[in-house]
Amino acid sequence: MHETMVAQSIFESIQQLTNEHNARAVEATISCGQFNPINDEVLNFAFDLIAKGTPCEGMKLNIKHIPLSASCKQCGVRFDYDVYKPGCPDCNSMEFDFKEDAPLLLEEIELEPN
Amino acid sequence: MKISLNKKILDKNEECAMQNSEFFADNDILCLNVISSPGSGKTTILSQTIRDLTGEIKIAVIEGDIRTDIDAKKIRAAGASAVQIETKGSCHLSAQQVTGALMAIPAAGMDVIFIENVGNLVCPSDFVLGEDLRVVVLSVPEGDDKPIKYPGTFAKADVILINKIDLIDYIDFSLERVIADIRVVNDKAEILQLSATTGEGMENWYNWLRSKITQ
Repeated sequence: MHETMVAQSIFESIQQLTNEHNARAVEATISCGQFNPINDEVLNFAFDLIAKGTPCEGMKLNIKHIPLSASCKQCGVRFDYDVYKPGCPDCNSMEFDFKEDAPLLLEEIELEPN
Repeated sequence: MKISLNKKILDKNEECAMQNSEFFADNDILCLNVISSPGSGKTTILSQTIRDLTGEIKIAVIEGDIRTDIDAKKIRAAGASAVQIETKGSCHLSAQQVTGALMAIPAAGMDVIFIENVGNLVCPSDFVLGEDLRVVVLSVPEGDDKPIKYPGTFAKADVILINKIDLIDYIDFSLERVIADIRVVNDKAEILQLSATTGEGMENWYNWLRSKITQ
């Protein structure tokens, strides 16, 4: 995933709100799926750099990785699909039905008045 | 104060992609976003396609590279309009760059516009450009482990072209493994084997293209 651009996009969305509410951001929660994964370390690093000297400086960024639910076409078992260790946990089959992968979302932010 | 947003993070790119997509729909253009590693043969496939389908399908190409207009020149030499986007460091094209590029070619009169993305199997897959469909190219010399290493890109493909198939006897490359690994993440994409250099399998690609234009 492209963490710097994601960090910039999150920052712009939050900055709009801190300006509107004359507040500073203390915490934000984002979520991503399995086929658009985020590297937490890289995103945090990029966000901290961008946020320096702004009302977002020091903000805690929570990153949720939403599992991708799959069901095995062979044995029917439901499981959380791991892109890097594919295979049904029960029968090792490689044929699955997937639920839709989670989009990259800015879910929630918490502001504190200045 | 907590504010619930549930806002798409790359929404600016997506809004712009939506406008591109409307432009393609309004003008009856099929837009294909072509993604692969550097050196897989994207430009060679497109150049050969332009030569072979001259007079049948009107094609223009938007080329994305970090530097140089080498690829756009090759496309023009093959007989099609091309515009080069030099990203100057960025590893993928954005929808906004495509909007700008569309003004530099006679886009409205085309049947097909190919967007040849920056050679990269990671980042381009996350940025929609407004395309109708995605073409992913994997060439034999890259090795048969690419689909399992870069599942995100292969998961979102509509057609996967296995290029340089004429080299398969010289390289340790298992077609069975590649197809099985693609099927783990993508059970719908058509998988076509071809060689843009020898012409082997190109007719299957053209037929796929024709079928999508008429849809």
